[in-house]
Amino acid sequence: MDPIPGGREPRQQPLLDVRNLSVAFHDGETWGEVLTDVSFAIEPGEFVGIVGESGCGKSLTALSILGLLPPRGVRLGGAMLFDGRDLAKLSERARREVRGRRISMVFQEPMSALDPVFTVGTQLLETVRTHFKVGRREALERAVEALAAVGIASPRQAAAMYPSSLSGGMRQRAMIAMALVCEPRLLIADEPTTALDVTIQAQIMDLLIELGQRTGTAILFITHNLALVAESCRRMLTMYAGQIVEDGPVREILARPRHPYTAGLLGSIPQSSRRKSVLPSIPGRVPSLHEMPPGCRFAPRCAHVEPPCLVPQQLVSGRDWRKVRCRRAGELALPGAQS
Amino acid sequence: MGTTLRLVARRLWQLLPIVMFATLVVFLLLQLVPGDPALILAGDYASKERIEEIRQLYGFDRPLIVQYLSWFLNVLHGDLGTSLLSGAPVLELIMQRMPNTVLIAVYSLIIAAVVGITLGVLAATRVGSRVDAFVTSTASLGVALPSFWLAILLVATFALQLHLFPATGARPFTVNPGDAIRHATLPAVALAVGVIAELARQTRSALIEVLSSQYVRTLRAKGLGPMAILWKHGLRNISVTLLTLLGLAVNRLFSGAVVIEAVFAIPGAGSLVAYSAINKDFPVVQGTVLMFAVIVILVNLTVDILNALLDPRVAEE
Ligand SMILES: Nc1ncnc2c1ncn2[C@@H]1O[C@H](COP(=O)(O)OP(=O)(O)O)[C@@H](O)[C@H]1O
Ligand code: SF4
Ligand SMILES: [Mg+2]
Repeated sequence: MDPIPGGREPRQQPLLDVRNLSVAFHDGETWGEVLTDVSFAIEPGEFVGIVGESGCGKSLTALSILGLLPPRGVRLGGAMLFDGRDLAKLSERARREVRGRRISMVFQEPMSALDPVFTVGTQLLETVRTHFKVGRREALERAVEALAAVGIASPRQAAAMYPSSLSGGMRQRAMIAMALVCEPRLLIADEPTTALDVTIQAQIMDLLIELGQRTGTAILFITHNLALVAESCRRMLTMYAGQIVEDGPVREILARPRHPYTAGLLGSIPQSSRRKSVLPSIPGRVPSLHEMPPGCRFAPRCAHVEPPCLVPQQLVSGRDWRKVRCRRAGELALPGAQS
Repeated sequence: MGTTLRLVARRLWQLLPIVMFATLVVFLLLQLVPGDPALILAGDYASKERIEEIRQLYGFDRPLIVQYLSWFLNVLHGDLGTSLLSGAPVLELIMQRMPNTVLIAVYSLIIAAVVGITLGVLAATRVGSRVDAFVTSTASLGVALPSFWLAILLVATFALQLHLFPATGARPFTVNPGDAIRHATLPAVALAVGVIAELARQTRSALIEVLSSQYVRTLRAKGLGPMAILWKHGLRNISVTLLTLLGLAVNRLFSGAVVIEAVFAIPGAGSLVAYSAINKDFPVVQGTVLMFAVIVILVNLTVDILNALLDPRVAEE
């Protein structure tokens, strides 16, 4: 049952239901709101992508869900219902029990995300023993199993190694193993492949997809690269300047984007078949806090801006599970991905 | 374990030139004194025959390198010569005095480590708090304070005014440990203050860096509590910094002992050097300085090995 009245349609209860999440930082004088009215849901076992340029608030959304925002100078609003409980209302202690156990996270930089002075095995078994009352030996067995599950060929040897003696791709596999060792319900992967070279990148993407299907863990995949989302996710969210601006099935959005920003991101995907066309990347850049437009936040960069755009835009659901934060979405016929 | 052994062997091998250099310097101490060493060694009122005898005995007529090697061989056999003043074997004199110095040094190292690291951790985990302000503002002051001045201040307050600790002297640890520690407290504190200041400051900055690192964010993301992050991962990651600083502190403590033992009238190895130097008892000066050098070298060797064991990055380099 949905504990909050006026919620969504009574189908399956979502695993994570983020409602009107807002995050503001205090800069010493005033509060600056970096995330505004962020709402989305993730179903159990779903593979969802969040895409947006750097600085749009993707990482901040992830850190809010995990409760890893700085302890002071932060104001959090809204609700994050996970398995029916509001994460925002949990005590720090209760949140620690969720972190790494129910929701875990993989970060961008595998080079620096592991403690350099402990072996990989020690760090994995530490995760196990943080959440389960098991002995060292059993925890190590689980750690080795987890390393094997992410495709590390000799997991026992890898467990005895320090992070510095593993390659970048191996480290990211170890990070994923560590994130999955307690069999969480949700894995947040924040740009997990950005720091890796292209072949390794593809391997890690395949691994995430395979693990998601095999373990039933829902995955929230964060990237600035729409091409990766296009290849791997069923559903996607577009984020712009601290807001969700589009939400829907990947295939439909790619075929017919409704938000001009999503369309702009689509246009900047390199088309290997049409090499002569120069990348039509979106002109301008993500506005900073002090230059945030009062109306539609994308207006300064939007080719379709008109007077109705100069008031704040709401994320509106269509009849087809798609949502978009653009007044003109209905009238515009934006180009999709050429295929 | 094989790698550890190899590491120790390599460090020992690297030490060889350092040991040679240190002993050579100590040996040359005597040569650098202007004038005929035999004359100096013989003392002010020696007869011509005695001077000649000493020349033969020490072999001052032989080439320097031969002299050095034979001296070095003697040292290896534990023969540091005899005191010109008392005629007692130098090694025996040092061994009588050294326990007092070692007690003060170890005691002050423990005080410095406990207080310095605690202050540093408190400051690093509460950046901007009063503890932090205290550590950052007084740290530079503590480093600059001369220890003898501090010693006099401590004696005036805690010995002469409050009568909490004895003002001077030392007691053997083996006879009455409590009394020995009471006597060693003020000198140990006087020596520790500079080390505390340095340790607190360095602990603070190293820990702040570790706590803001990517891997600490990973630790928080996997559900680890703040205590485990701080004491297990934080301290382990700054242990190399801490051990290196403690190693340097040992060097400083032994040189500081010379002054501190003089202020507190402690019959230690430091005051032995001072007293012997004033009285031109050069074999004793030579032997004690050599002993200090050996201790410092051994401590640094231990620090190196521990660092390599604690941090794979050090072992690889
Ligand atoms: N601790 C902080 N204090 C103030 N602003 C912050 C802080 N952390 C992030 N921000 C701001 O929040 C915005 C979103 O950042 P982030 O979530 O890292 O973006 P993304 O992951 O999409 O690149 C950025 O503009 C950034 O400047
Ligand atoms: S609301 Fe207007 S300005 Fe904003 S994205 Fe839509 S068309 Fe562009
Ligand atoms: Mg980011």
